[in-house]
Amino acid sequence: MTDAWFAGADPDDPESGATRVRTGRAPAPADWPAEAVDAGFAADETDYYAKLRSATLAAASEAVAERERADDVQLAHAVRAMDDAERTANELAERVVEWAGTLYEEVPRGLDGVRDIAERDPKTAAEERVVSYATRAVDLLDERDDLRAFIEERAPTTAPNLAEMAGPVLAARLIALAGGLESLAKKPSGTVQVLGAEDALFAHLKGRATSPKHGVIFTHEYVRGTRPGDRGSAARALAGKLSIAARVDHYSGDYRPDLHAELADRMETIRARADEEADE
Amino acid sequence: MSDDSSAADADADLPEGVERRPFGGRERLSTRGAQVYGEPVDSDGWRAWDAGRSKLGAMLELGMDTGLVGGESVLYLGAASGTTVSHVADFAGPTYAVEFAPRPVRDLLGVAEDRDNLFPLLKDARDPESYAHVVESGIDCLVMDVATRGQATVAVRNRQFLADDGRLLMAVKARSEDVTAEPDDVFDDVLAELDSAYELLETARLDRFHADHLGIVARPK
Ligand SMILES: C[S@@+](CC[C@H](N)C(=O)[O-])C[C@H]1O[C@@H](n2cnc3c(N)ncnc32)[C@H](O)[C@@H]1O
Repeated sequence: MTDAWFAGADPDDPESGATRVRTGRAPAPADWPAEAVDAGFAADETDYYAKLRSATLAAASEAVAERERADDVQLAHAVRAMDDAERTANELAERVVEWAGTLYEEVPRGLDGVRDIAERDPKTAAEERVVSYATRAVDLLDERDDLRAFIEERAPTTAPNLAEMAGPVLAARLIALAGGLESLAKKPSGTVQVLGAEDALFAHLKGRATSPKHGVIFTHEYVRGTRPGDRGSAARALAGKLSIAARVDHYSGDYRPDLHAELADRMETIRARADEEADE
Repeated sequence: MSDDSSAADADADLPEGVERRPFGGRERLSTRGAQVYGEPVDSDGWRAWDAGRSKLGAMLELGMDTGLVGGESVLYLGAASGTTVSHVADFAGPTYAVEFAPRPVRDLLGVAEDRDNLFPLLKDARDPESYAHVVESGIDCLVMDVATRGQATVAVRNRQFLADDGRLLMAVKARSEDVTAEPDDVFDDVLAELDSAYELLETARLDRFHADHLGIVARPK
């Protein structure tokens, strides 16, 4: 029995060869073209290379799709974990600062206070506990930073256009909120615009509030940095291009500089409008 | 096959299927095939091979004796999105292209769609057993441009694919091994490690086209 990729593959079905190309192994190469002809898998060398070509093309394209699918799931988990770490660290910090205030004279507020406490040399059993507790909070903050670094490194390969346009962290958040790059790519831009504002949207549908103009994309400079009266247009423009970016990333993966230039132009127009009015 | 015999004469040292032809008033290396990365293409379908974007192109441009003749079987490690391997497939025979990052392989697939003899493999070059069931033995030319730590080890591990009279054509990027060390020291270490499996034929700095890169031609011991 040979280890060849074509061993056990159906000569007329490139898919079966593709699976073998992806999962097979051999301790050493051999004269596969000759073996394939001897085994009757291929009529001659030319036929062998044609079959090899179909199988490797199919194998590579499946493997790429699978690896990339897996990557967006990793990003989504990482950004949720980053938010958990941050929220929990803040919670612990509150307790640390409050507790440490009863033991030490000067305690800086917030996360700075926690880092400060964690550095101290405990002298009593109570101090030992509060310093230890502060250390856990600091570890969590470090973990949050590591998660952010991971996202910043991964997002540009998983979703190059989305990461460039939204920044890696917001890109990961959008992917997480949509439930993956593929579902993000399939959402209309109006939905992308309000992703993360589900509560507000629900209230609106119940007739209790006006419709939300933006969800998490509010954190983007293009929205937050635009004057309130124009934020709706800014959010719409940004969401429109973000959903195109998600589609390009999911379906082709090419980096498209033109997309980013178009958005920059559009934003300039929206902001110029405000400047003009201010000049009047 | 070329019908332009005058050009073929001038390119006596270049493999069959690689020619120096005028592009924008300048003689440049070129191969004949579908366009890949926006390189200039002339009216006969020859496309310029940009030595500034290709270490193998730089090795040929600098006149290194690569032993390439055209039509040979090639195992190319570190194919990325296919810039160089597309030119190789234009003049070589069966060309196996290994790359382990999924994103560039997407582009490589497009390059392979246009070429019957280019076989893309999403595999890790440090683990040759994961593609030894696909890549044939007796390969004429092993091209390596992985730009990663442990480049010499990868070359040694992939020695098994090469025919006894085959060639290793390798580009070593000093900064991939150690960003702080002197390039010359890095190159010495790489050459010393290669020595266990290869006999060195020629080396040349590729700096005119690629800073801190060494081009190596070797054959199996
Ligand atoms: C300098 S680029 C190659 C450029 C390409 N040879 C060209 O000229 O068109 C190096 C490539 O090697 C790939 N690479 C690094 N380590 C690898 C490994 N262990 N297995 C396969 N590919 C690897 C990288 O992902 C990257 O795409």
